[in-house]
Amino acid sequence: MLKRWRERITPTNVVMWFIGATTLILVIIGATATLSHGKYSAYHWFDFIVFGLAQGSIYALIAMGYTMVYGTLRMINFAHSEVFMSGPYTAYYVAAAFYSSGFLDSHPILSLVVIFLVSMATSTFIAVLLERIAYRPLRTAPRLVPLITAIGASFFLQYTFRGLYGSGFQAYPVMKILEGEWVIGEFRILKFQAVVIVAAALLMAALYSFIQRARTGKAIRAVSEDKEISSLMGIDVDRMIVTTFVIGGMAAGAAGVLYAVMFKQVHFFMGFIPGIKAFTAAVLGGIGNIPGAMLGGIFLGLVESVGPSLVLDGLGIVAPYQLKDAIAFIMLVLVLIYRPTGILGERLAVKKA
Amino acid sequence: MRRLSAKGIALIAVSAAMVTAGSMAWAQKARVDFKYEDPIGVVKIKPGEPIHIAAWMSVAGADASLGTDTRRGAEIAIEDKGRKILGFPIKLSVQDTGCNAEGGQAAATKLASDPTIIAAIGSTCSSEARPGVPILWKAGIPTVSPSTTGPFLTDPKRGPEYHGYLRTAHNDKVQGAVAAQFAFKQMQIKRAATIHDGSPYAEQLQAVFAETFKKLGGVIASQEAVSPTDTDMRPVLTKIATGKPELIYYPVFIAAGGHITRQVKEVKGLEKVALMGADGIFSPDFYKAAGEAAIGMYHSSPDFSAFGEGYKIFLEKHQKRYGEKPIAPFHAHAYDAAMMIFSAVEKVAKKGPDGTLYIGRMALTDALYATNNFKGLTGNLTCNKYGDCADPRIAVYRTSAENIKNLVLPDKPFWKPY
Repeated sequence: MLKRWRERITPTNVVMWFIGATTLILVIIGATATLSHGKYSAYHWFDFIVFGLAQGSIYALIAMGYTMVYGTLRMINFAHSEVFMSGPYTAYYVAAAFYSSGFLDSHPILSLVVIFLVSMATSTFIAVLLERIAYRPLRTAPRLVPLITAIGASFFLQYTFRGLYGSGFQAYPVMKILEGEWVIGEFRILKFQAVVIVAAALLMAALYSFIQRARTGKAIRAVSEDKEISSLMGIDVDRMIVTTFVIGGMAAGAAGVLYAVMFKQVHFFMGFIPGIKAFTAAVLGGIGNIPGAMLGGIFLGLVESVGPSLVLDGLGIVAPYQLKDAIAFIMLVLVLIYRPTGILGERLAVKKA
Repeated sequence: MRRLSAKGIALIAVSAAMVTAGSMAWAQKARVDFKYEDPIGVVKIKPGEPIHIAAWMSVAGADASLGTDTRRGAEIAIEDKGRKILGFPIKLSVQDTGCNAEGGQAAATKLASDPTIIAAIGSTCSSEARPGVPILWKAGIPTVSPSTTGPFLTDPKRGPEYHGYLRTAHNDKVQGAVAAQFAFKQMQIKRAATIHDGSPYAEQLQAVFAETFKKLGGVIASQEAVSPTDTDMRPVLTKIATGKPELIYYPVFIAAGGHITRQVKEVKGLEKVALMGADGIFSPDFYKAAGEAAIGMYHSSPDFSAFGEGYKIFLEKHQKRYGEKPIAPFHAHAYDAAMMIFSAVEKVAKKGPDGTLYIGRMALTDALYATNNFKGLTGNLTCNKYGDCADPRIAVYRTSAENIKNLVLPDKPFWKPY
């Protein structure tokens, strides 16, 4: 029996187990050290988790755009980060106008709704434009060509917005309705964090049920499975693809406003890093898989927020927050090594024989 | 026709040779009269061509205010000089550096490939200078910086590739010490925490602050770091809150500084902590980014009230030309840097017999280092052999609600160490 084992186990397997085991041991040592040290009390951990959930919800919404486009077109839409940026940056001018005219204070909910609508409309517009101009002509081109086009479109959009709105930073006005906090016993949660988490959850639930139940949603899933057969079944493939981009754009626009509410600063380059993180989240959860994107986003947010304190601090690393991006991406690499299809697996069609 | 005899041919040949040799010798004599040599290279500027000085500053992006401010200082200096040196017009070309190493490297490479540039003003951030200065010096271009304050740039161990670097800005060894003294002696703070962003400027400045603070008898609760593009500072701040500091010193740049300032009050345990930044965020753009959270915040910065009389005239010219007050701390240092370069050029430039101006690169650099008791707006400039020319006066400013509302920097220092 041992001989059979020795034939099946290759040196690669041994190295992989070694890496996995070392990482697991380090994580456990770090975590137990931090927890036994008792530096952070329960409400600190609650705070970390809330930060992570809020940040992760935003990643999840953006990741939906990446994963849906991959599902239907089998390409990574790198320009989605600019779709994400265009919404809140444009809505900033609306918000600033409301703020200076006093409308923001007198009708906070109405102005928030208008800001959301403007942002989602702009993002959707940019997404549809992208599809029409940059991606549709290249439907039959080899895989690499749309990828390069996406990167080029990303840069083009960044610098177009830089030209339109300037290279400086703009800061969203403070909305009094979102200031303050809710206290539950010893734990407290800031109002806008709660709003972000709840809004994102509602949006994701709405989008998921749309994809699962509505006819258009089913059609989109059909197109993801097989474009040719779907068109034979009477589905307008082009329209479904545009709808995919529209949904992705709307989610990104909403995520943009939530991001602006949390961080206040908007500028032409703001989409780059959230875009990469969201793409990472989509891959982490299983690219092409919508619940996977949601899960990946939240998981990434939590790891970034809790990871440095839980693991690195316990291992004695100085200034651990500098390494939070490193943790996130190392986790991505490890997940891909041990589970290449992502956490929830790639729920795409079975590979054609 | 008489046929030329051999003797005739020989006579003609010899006389032709003599005439040629004579004229060559005469020409040689004329060239020997005007020789201009330089170990690195000589820049020749024909009459009518401009003297080209380059500025490599962060004039776009998040830290645009820092570079635009120094560019304006240099432009006012050119105006004051009458836009000419020795009858040759001055040309100022500007390259954006973006306040990071990649931008500094790209800008310096672009400048280094232009052989008409005799000197540079910049860079804005120490992270740019680290790769950029050796690239410029390899092309023989010295640079005088108005705002890079990282101690490593004028350290005796800096290496010969940094020989082309001088600065009119202060050395951060002074700024960090002043900030620590303010915190410990004036504010009576015993526990402090620092945040840096991984850039050489921030890391070294907070290190000086921490060292001085500990020497004075205070306790540093923690020294944390974020990356300059981070937006969510709440986890870091939560970690800092567990150390219960009374002051957070975060000498970072505008984007990260804005986020930290806005998010501090949201973290449990940091509601009453004092905030202190440095010259990198002493700008109205920072007020825009941080909003009302920056009210009551302190900044360590060059002391404008210690500048000479010429500074008031400078401010008037600035207001007239640009319609607003200066938007960052280093405009006067840029003015002085430009004037230093002009005076060095005047010392070493030689006019040839045909009106061409010759400037030796090594000679220009030596003349810059030889700057002694140069009366600038920021004080008396005397360069030491590692490039520190400034007469540093650092003070601490406090931001009031008025400053935030009108987006102007405070006029008078809150505290001075002298």
